[in-house]
Amino acid sequence: MALLIALAVGLGMIVLLALWFFAIYNGLVRLRQEVKNSWAQIDVQLKRRHDLIPNLVETVKGYAGHEKTTLEEVVKARAAAVSAQGVDARGAAERGLSGALGRLMLIVEQYPDLKANQNFLALQEELTSTENKIGFSRQYYNDSVMQYNTRIQVVPANVVAGMCQFRSETFFEIEDQAERAVPQVKF
Amino acid sequence: MWEAIRSNRRRSWWLIAIMGVLLVCLGTAIGLVVAYPHGGLPGAGIALLVWLVLWLIAVSQGENILLSLAKARRIERADAPQLWNVVEEMTIASGLKSMPKVYIIDDNAPNAFAVGRRPERAALAVTAGLLKRLNRDELQGVIAHEIGHIHNLDVRFMTIASVMVGSIVLIADGFLRALWYGGGGRRSRSSSRGGGYAQLIILGVAVLLAILAPLCAQLLYFACSRRREYLADASAARFTRYPPGLAAALEKISRRAGQTKSTNRAVAPLYVVNPLQAKAKFNLFSTHPPTEQRVRILRSMGGRAGYADYEAAYREVHGGKRGCIGAATLESGDSVAARAATPEPAAKQQAVERAREVTDLLDRIANLILIPCLCGVRIKVPPNLKRDTVACPRCGRAHAVPRVEAATAKPGQAPRAMRYARKGGGWESFKCSCGHGIQLSPAFSAPYLDCPKCRCRIEIVGSGSSS
Repeated sequence: MALLIALAVGLGMIVLLALWFFAIYNGLVRLRQEVKNSWAQIDVQLKRRHDLIPNLVETVKGYAGHEKTTLEEVVKARAAAVSAQGVDARGAAERGLSGALGRLMLIVEQYPDLKANQNFLALQEELTSTENKIGFSRQYYNDSVMQYNTRIQVVPANVVAGMCQFRSETFFEIEDQAERAVPQVKF
Repeated sequence: MWEAIRSNRRRSWWLIAIMGVLLVCLGTAIGLVVAYPHGGLPGAGIALLVWLVLWLIAVSQGENILLSLAKARRIERADAPQLWNVVEEMTIASGLKSMPKVYIIDDNAPNAFAVGRRPERAALAVTAGLLKRLNRDELQGVIAHEIGHIHNLDVRFMTIASVMVGSIVLIADGFLRALWYGGGGRRSRSSSRGGGYAQLIILGVAVLLAILAPLCAQLLYFACSRRREYLADASAARFTRYPPGLAAALEKISRRAGQTKSTNRAVAPLYVVNPLQAKAKFNLFSTHPPTEQRVRILRSMGGRAGYADYEAAYREVHGGKRGCIGAATLESGDSVAARAATPEPAAKQQAVERAREVTDLLDRIANLILIPCLCGVRIKVPPNLKRDTVACPRCGRAHAVPRVEAATAKPGQAPRAMRYARKGGGWESFKCSCGHGIQLSPAFSAPYLDCPKCRCRIEIVGSGSSS
């Protein structure tokens, strides 16, 4: 009888342990999925920026055609960003593109006609918003990565993570805050 | 870090549970009064039934009723591209799975609200006046606040709570009325059946409950509502990484919120600033915390934008240990840096500066006294004004009107000179030598200011981009 009770208790504990294990495992999977989803969101926004650039370059060309070097730089940076692979390489390429775009926007300041163009204004709003969306999706991606990385390091989830090969993810940095701020022109 | 909100949510559910207990107690007591001694259980059952019916009505129709009460009309991207973009941005920042539907209300007063019990079916509405008056950062702050309500499931919670309050009020009201008109006869009948003292006590308890329960429930409801406003503000700061945006928007909205035409008591608590109580000081029946305080908290975050930073600012402003979000937040230490302001279009800035120069010139001709306020407003006072103090029209701070004679008459009392060098163009805070905390707005451009506490003059170096 005593043996039976001990067996039942042991069995119950094993079942409880298994349930607890599955709960942690599912939680980790959910977090990892969130990281993947938010990475996809960054991807969508970066693509959107790539799509906007040819249109922008065409519009600027109509008013400031002789600013060839800057325009070519933007086109080149875009091509590099489109073909880049992997988190780190893409981060670097997108940083280059952001820099080139920033320089283009500086030049645009000198063309009042261009700044009054409705088409350009609409493009500018789209570009601002896309830049914001890139920033916000990166922000959310990094938040999810942080949450996931913390989760797989703390007890007890780290045991499950170690057993089931959950690896930590890398943060995505396009640029630091100082670079991100649009340069101010002063006369 | 999202677990941080969980402790707040748990506390809210406790409040709902208390309301539920109140409802059941009320039902039982009334049941006992009507039919002693077996009416208790059916009474509680009827109370729950009333709650269920109201709940079903709210669940099936709530959102549409609210949107049509506010006369909102649905828009697409082409109608307001910037608004649409900002909503998309905040959807991404909050990690919501789908973008809420966007509505516009044709009303000149700036305000906004969000509805939808489930995040997937949420909608947010802004007034036309809001779009007209706010810049991009401010609009982003307001939309982030509304998305914060959706993200924190506030709408669902407030629907449940308001249905609870509604049924308690309904039952208590009905009982008191019945007692008033037909009570005497029933009481004499039931006492003749031989209930005795016990019955009399129950009647007393029931009347007391019927008077107190609606009051308690309403107080709990409003307390929840205020707490959730703070939480939504904290979420907005975290999503946008730019607390001054929402702060500036709240100031603009509160100045004009009282003028909203299409408001109605049912919709009022939902708005970002309550249009019916915009000017009122804080009381226990307010649905929103005082706007002034919300602005001060947002402005005290000191270049940070995390939940823990909001919590710290809240404690600083309220001067107490109790926070608004929950202890778990501070432990998790969710602290992130804020971002810089989005630059205004250059043409707009130049026009503003030129207009300011012209008015400055005219003011100097008219001998007006200029008093720079900490919030960035420059108050113009006619030279022959008789009063000693003027209040800032924007933030309400009182300023002493400087007298030319008075300043020269007392050379012995020359205040300790202090200098403060501005670090950049954003919000800055520093301490006066007397220990009083002072906050400078980006718009502050005067060469000096007087400390509001010790009145000593502080020279501001490097303020204003035009100098």
